[in-house]
Amino acid sequence: MIALIDYGAGNLTSVRKALAAIAAPVVIPAAPDALSGVSGIIIPGVGHYGATAALDDTWRRGIARAVDAGVPLLGICLGLQYLFEGSDEALPHVGWNTVELTRRSPLVEGIPTGTSFYFTHSYAAPVTDACVAQTKHSAAFAAIVERERVFGAQFHPEKSGDAGVRVLRNFVEITGSLTRHVTRFTDH
Amino acid sequence: MLAKRIIACLDVRNGCVVKGVQFEGLTNAGDPAALASRYNVEGIDELVILDVTATLEGRRALAATIRQVASRIFIPLAVGGGIRSEDDAAAALDAGADKVSLNSAALAEPSLLTKLAARYGSQAVIVAIDAKQTEGRFAVFARSGSTASGRSAVEWAREAADRGAGEILLTSIDRDGTRSGFDCELTAAVSSAVSIPVIASGGAGTFEHFLEVFTRGQADAALAASIFHFSEHAVADLKTYLHDRGVPMRL
Repeated sequence: MIALIDYGAGNLTSVRKALAAIAAPVVIPAAPDALSGVSGIIIPGVGHYGATAALDDTWRRGIARAVDAGVPLLGICLGLQYLFEGSDEALPHVGWNTVELTRRSPLVEGIPTGTSFYFTHSYAAPVTDACVAQTKHSAAFAAIVERERVFGAQFHPEKSGDAGVRVLRNFVEITGSLTRHVTRFTDH
Repeated sequence: MLAKRIIACLDVRNGCVVKGVQFEGLTNAGDPAALASRYNVEGIDELVILDVTATLEGRRALAATIRQVASRIFIPLAVGGGIRSEDDAAAALDAGADKVSLNSAALAEPSLLTKLAARYGSQAVIVAIDAKQTEGRFAVFARSGSTASGRSAVEWAREAADRGAGEILLTSIDRDGTRSGFDCELTAAVSSAVSIPVIASGGAGTFEHFLEVFTRGQADAALAASIFHFSEHAVADLKTYLHDRGVPMRL
């Protein structure tokens, strides 16, 4: 079960519909304690960075607890910036842009370098070691990040056609493969 | 590299596409979801549903249309026509639109742009500007081009951007429906005055018109309706044509 975090301003509809299209089971938790037992967490995001303030310390702790327990997390756009606690202001960047893959990640399985995704943001996270893909718009910024089981996409996979749906499916598979791994481990 | 966008506009009345649609192989040529699917397969970058009704029945049908399209097409979807209040915008966004486009309502009440941007983010707010060349300037008209607003397109574009609009949908009243080419002077004047993207609209008739508006017109995106109805491969052919001539495209 994938938990989709609703923090009011972020429009959940698009992400929920894209997940429905790949038959991923989704729950929208009303409170952080409902995160126990989920196999993955997605923090969607459109709007202002300030909107993520609605994800208060209780949510922050609940999400951190789940991540510490090994639950994969995907932050989209503002969700990525939320995970990285801040962002640099950039020019408005709206439209389809290509990503350059900089290292392997299960999140980009089946995605060739140079694939286009839909971006709409005016803040960006810098290129760091956590970068899986980068995009250039004036300067290079992080398009996809991965740190242990925490993933972030600056673009909107739910609005990026087939390539975006593939990224969401990869994430869902990451959450599923972890479950299988645990089951196998228990069996032995 | 950031691609220039090709946007298809679906003029919808009571849940049906009303402009001449000549696609073969569609079970219902007037079905917006079927047409949207077709464009999506061809590689359209974005869709705009323009509601050309004002009746209550039409508004309800619009929400259903948005839901149908949004559940099948995973690319940006904007909705315009008759969005006059925060409630109208909320209804369109809740149904699955990613952006709403405001025209007359924004001219009458510019603070509506600010309110919507504060609530949903600038990326969800498009200001639609209908302009006409009048006495050497670009005059903005409201109410489907019938009422002069007294504003100039460049000034209004700047103000709308300052107030929180995230994109400008700029239609040339002079060129609309003529298939004689986009108004590149208008588009360049507005595009060079603001940092937010400008979508050129009105006058698309040939592939050359798109090339012209992306180069001389400095447009970030170009919107058309009827040109995509001419052939089954118009969207894909157009994007290949532009790509071959150095315009960055998502192929």
